[in-house]
Amino acid sequence: MALKLDHVNYIYDADTEMAHVALKDVSLEIGNGEFIGLIGHTGSGKSTLVTHLNGLVKPTSGQVLFDGHDINEKDYDRKKLRSKVGLVFQYPEHQLFETDVFADVCFGPKNLGLSKDEIEKRAYEALRMVGLSDDFYKQSPFDLSGGQKRRVAIAGVLAMEPEILVLDEPTAGLDPKGKNEILDLLKNLHEEKGITVVLVSHSMEDVANYVDRIIVMDHGQVQFDDEPKKVFASYKELEKMGLAAPQVTYIMKDLKEKGFNVDDTVTTIEEASDEIMKQFT
Amino acid sequence: MLRDITIGQYYQTKSVIHELDPRVKIVATLAFIIFLFMVNNLTGYAVAAAYLATIIYLSHVPPTFIFRGMKAIFMLLMITFLFNLFLTPGETLVSFWIFTITKEGLILAGKMAVRLTFLITGSSVLTLTTTPNQLTDGLEVLLNPLKKLKVPVHEIAMMMAIALRFIPILMEETDKIMKAQMARGADFETGGMIKKAKSLVPILVPLFISAFRRANDLAMAMEARCYHGGDGRTRMKPLVYKRKDFVAYLVLVVFMVTMIVCGRAGFLI
Repeated sequence: MALKLDHVNYIYDADTEMAHVALKDVSLEIGNGEFIGLIGHTGSGKSTLVTHLNGLVKPTSGQVLFDGHDINEKDYDRKKLRSKVGLVFQYPEHQLFETDVFADVCFGPKNLGLSKDEIEKRAYEALRMVGLSDDFYKQSPFDLSGGQKRRVAIAGVLAMEPEILVLDEPTAGLDPKGKNEILDLLKNLHEEKGITVVLVSHSMEDVANYVDRIIVMDHGQVQFDDEPKKVFASYKELEKMGLAAPQVTYIMKDLKEKGFNVDDTVTTIEEASDEIMKQFT
Repeated sequence: MLRDITIGQYYQTKSVIHELDPRVKIVATLAFIIFLFMVNNLTGYAVAAAYLATIIYLSHVPPTFIFRGMKAIFMLLMITFLFNLFLTPGETLVSFWIFTITKEGLILAGKMAVRLTFLITGSSVLTLTTTPNQLTDGLEVLLNPLKKLKVPVHEIAMMMAIALRFIPILMEETDKIMKAQMARGADFETGGMIKKAKSLVPILVPLFISAFRRANDLAMAMEARCYHGGDGRTRMKPLVYKRKDFVAYLVLVVFMVTMIVCGRAGFLI
């Protein structure tokens, strides 16, 4: 058990007329080596939730525990925590500021107070992981394309070598190719480096192929927390929340209704095509 | 932390003050400020305080909300207070080391502090109860006579509207960028002056870039909708005085008369 949220509540503008409950009694655990999709409609509280994971926001009530320690204790070393729980915000390319790509990626490890060699080693490694070659290192981050900028920003967090990587809508605003590249990159990180990944998204379609656990948020509460198959089985409830199961789920359900003997709990396109091909053999 | 700054913000609720014509509110605020600096005695301040308190009460904006915004300018107030206190020549009251407090200094410092507090509270009531759009519409109409002198009234009003509109957006953006850099281990609190100033670079650079990007987008969006300045532009909600606006003007006149009387016949100091 790495990260645990215990009855976390969070209220914006608590003492004014505009008070707004963003999180309501959220309890969940994020274990080592998991690949989790955190899904919710806009305004469901998912972005607020992720800022709790590394102590950027203090819950109004409840606890956030990392390896059993309350991270909001007064003398807890939150700076160290932030290197272990890497958080990539929405549109992370908006936080780039250095004159060249390499220097920007160095910012995180530099803040950890590492030696110069170690900082550079980590920056190289991070840029390699996100698939950016040496040609980019000395370029201004502002001259890159949207997808490249985003990879630089992700590398900036990876360079801190986090154990848990949390990404808020990492594919927002990217074209399908850029989207797949980012998602494949995360998959590689998870498989090769064993990093725990929490992927925040509003699209089931995106996460279905990658994650092995889905947490669904609605109105600041956790509605589902299970493996994809089981979550998608309740697609009717998902629709009520303004979400939807992946399209393959619908196709397989239709096929089954029409009398084909297919497994309607599959979640990925590969599985679905295997199931359909079985009909012909 | 940045959410605490309420200056220039609009507080949405229903109240008589919210429904007044923006022109009344602008004129009243201006008159209030002028009289604040004209009146010179305690009675006058008491009247001004009562007037302000009544308006705040009528506006349905929680006083805590207004005073939370004051915290941000507390430092400014303190500095003005201290400068006035120590640097006014006159009859010495207390003297230690290089500092001398004079009677005149004490009175002036107190007066300035009261005036500034009232001034800021008064003008924040204006912005808290008036949407940026109303505010600039009102200003534009009030300044219209200046057009004859070739003052670009519409352009000024438009710039103000945009500037006001962008305050909360940029605040939010700053908050977001700060969090993003903190997630990368940035530290804005510890260290000396130079280190602190340096630590602002990772916030300021992205903030400037995003401000320019937003300005660019906005200009494009305005041009795409054929914006070409104020000539021939009509309003969706033309400003029309209603009965309560005349009542408000009457109240304002009563206030001004009271202040003039206080100025002449008020007592204490």
